[in-house]
Amino acid sequence: MSEPVPTAGFETGASAPSSTTGEIVRPYGDTTGDGMVQISFTLPIPHSKVAEGAAAQLANKMGMDPALVVHAKPMGPGFTFFVVYGRVHHLVDTSKVVVVERDYPLLTPKEANAAIKRALRRRLTVVGACIGTDAHTVGIDAILNIKGFAGEKGLEYYRELKVVNLGAQVSVPQLVERARAEKADAVLVSQVVTQRDAHLLNTREMSAAFRESYPSDRRPLLIVGGPRFDEAMAGELGVDRVFSRGTTPGEVASYLVHQLTTQRKAS
Amino acid sequence: MSRRPRGKLDLDPATVKQARALARKVGRPIVTTAKKHTTVAVERATLRLAGLEGADAEGTPWVNRLMDVVRADTGLEHGVALPVWDALARGEAADLVTLAQKASAGSVTFRLPEGRDATRARTASRKQVGRGIKRIDQRRVERDRMIKRQGDAPRTPWIYLIVATGDIYEDIPQAQQAAREGADVIAVIRSTGQSLLDYVPEGATREGFAGTYATQENFRLMRAALDQSGKELGRYIRLTNYASGLCMPEIAALAGMERLDMMLNDSMYGILFRDINPVRTFVDQRFSRQVHARAGIIINTGEDNYLTTADAIEAAHTVTTSQLLNEYFAKEAGLEDWQLGLGHAFEIDPEVPDSFRMELAHALLARELFPDAPLKWMPPTRHMTGDVFRGYLLDGFFNLVGALTGQGILLVGMMTEAVVTPWISDRDLALQNVRYVMNAAGELHRDFRPEPDGFIVTRANQVLGESLELMGRILEHEHGLLDAIADGTFGLMKRPADAGRGLDGVAKKSSVYYNPASEILEEA
Repeated sequence: MSEPVPTAGFETGASAPSSTTGEIVRPYGDTTGDGMVQISFTLPIPHSKVAEGAAAQLANKMGMDPALVVHAKPMGPGFTFFVVYGRVHHLVDTSKVVVVERDYPLLTPKEANAAIKRALRRRLTVVGACIGTDAHTVGIDAILNIKGFAGEKGLEYYRELKVVNLGAQVSVPQLVERARAEKADAVLVSQVVTQRDAHLLNTREMSAAFRESYPSDRRPLLIVGGPRFDEAMAGELGVDRVFSRGTTPGEVASYLVHQLTTQRKAS
Repeated sequence: MSRRPRGKLDLDPATVKQARALARKVGRPIVTTAKKHTTVAVERATLRLAGLEGADAEGTPWVNRLMDVVRADTGLEHGVALPVWDALARGEAADLVTLAQKASAGSVTFRLPEGRDATRARTASRKQVGRGIKRIDQRRVERDRMIKRQGDAPRTPWIYLIVATGDIYEDIPQAQQAAREGADVIAVIRSTGQSLLDYVPEGATREGFAGTYATQENFRLMRAALDQSGKELGRYIRLTNYASGLCMPEIAALAGMERLDMMLNDSMYGILFRDINPVRTFVDQRFSRQVHARAGIIINTGEDNYLTTADAIEAAHTVTTSQLLNEYFAKEAGLEDWQLGLGHAFEIDPEVPDSFRMELAHALLARELFPDAPLKWMPPTRHMTGDVFRGYLLDGFFNLVGALTGQGILLVGMMTEAVVTPWISDRDLALQNVRYVMNAAGELHRDFRPEPDGFIVTRANQVLGESLELMGRILEHEHGLLDAIADGTFGLMKRPADAGRGLDGVAKKSSVYYNPASEILEEA
């Protein structure tokens, strides 16, 4: 038995929620509109009455009123951990919520594999490398190695992806040659070193080389990544996509699938 | 039938014996291959044991510099010892550092000595490398003495906590605080990607990616800090790091010389999860295990990794198989039962019915199959969703399995797994969880007898059976394990023997190959 989800605060009355106009909500404890929340945190002070007062003060300043310090526990000599329950008066207007949507859906490995199988009826080939003198394979390995990054498995984990990781210090001609030999659908390049804009120069050299040796409709998808790249620079660098700091393998895989199975219908 | 059941699972001794026999059959050709090859990392570890430390102005270690020149002049196949100690005997330099400096400046040419020159080089190298081995022996004695004086961990399982800030000077206070909070073992997670570096970075490091570089100086600093904590707390605090990746033998040597107590050291992890060449891995593995055996270091194997990529129910037998192989390779290298922290993990999807009973069956199987090994019990990671409350419960059940099955080393699960690196409160709550379970149910294993022919006993025997079948399938391959690794029998990865990282650092030994470190370690 499912009850209707209580959403509106009492300020708006009990009018039916509308997804287009948005609605005003506040947190729900056990009564509509009660505004109850629960937080926990640590203060770097020993446990005492003063410490508990300090916790209540922090909660008050965060907008909890009344704030109930329900648990305080010393953690080592100089720290105290608190759990606080209390009421907040803030209202949230869902029509004013701004969300940055990525332009491709995030897929689980299973979904990505299924999409590739369905659209290509073969494995999708990805060739990856660190080009130039850059020996930092941290980035490309985090994305490609099955070990992965941030709790996500790398692209090697995807059954429908064939991953060729060329490692570090690969020259551009080597990369192009290998991409051709492997009939790569996508080429991933990682650049960490930014001395004298090496990452930008190398990337331009790479994209030019691919443009030269492939007819434009057959060129593999070119993706470059590294901590110092600006994601808006793709056009300027002649690549299809730039990924910056914090990108996870799942995002790269989802992007590949989106590009290669929907828009380009890779031949 | 009034026969008394054998252990809690009533494992058939003949099946257990057969399992070990199969593991030996699978492993032996690998050992033969390992004995026939050497690697740049084994040779560099030999130089480190001979006392060569430090790096050039660019941070390239002298062992790499020297190795590269020797290799260019005489090749890798004869080993580094003969050409290097021949050059020293010829008076090219007074010591190894000077020799390395001169060699990288191009002012020394190496040759392969013959006859009496070779004998002279062999004797001198053995003497000098022997000093490094002696240092490892002394560190082992020192550990035993300190444990006697400071006291050991008060109970098993030992509580294993991780620090990973990237900065050794941040790691130290965190590790000391973790010890105060109850950790018996501190592991310093390595920087992402260190396993793929073909050199060991030098000095104290303050920058790492999601971890701290393993360097000799970092080892030394953390060891000193934990010795201090041990004194303060009245119990010896063990230190753990990672002997894996391309520099495994060197890291093992450094760990032995700096008195680390446990090392992550899996026979196949690098191959499957890091795409390191299989032959390179097995050669480096064998050497590093020999060093660990000598140093009295407990190894931790990496079976938990299988379950982070494959399904924990379907792949349960790959864990058992890997444990059996790790045991074989470990014993062959001289490690004893008490040094085998064979790994396994609590990774079954909690939505699956009877998941807890199955976890119990798998953990009990490991316990009964390896009764004298400490076993390393790894917490849930894969099904930690960010719901910290649910995660806390899951960790409680993980701890309960640990208590019920007598695990030796318990890696403390964090409810914030996959959310943040542990906060001070996360660690404290996690330890409360462990303490509660151990206090409330630590002795429950005395009363716990699974029903004969019940779910747990049946499941455990099924997994063991599947493991035997898997080893049978491996042996059907023409080249056994190497072919099985190549065709993806393990995990999902296909790793052919002639590909992967570090392959160019492998050479078949020549008839005059000599390595004093191997010689001394083999004698043990």
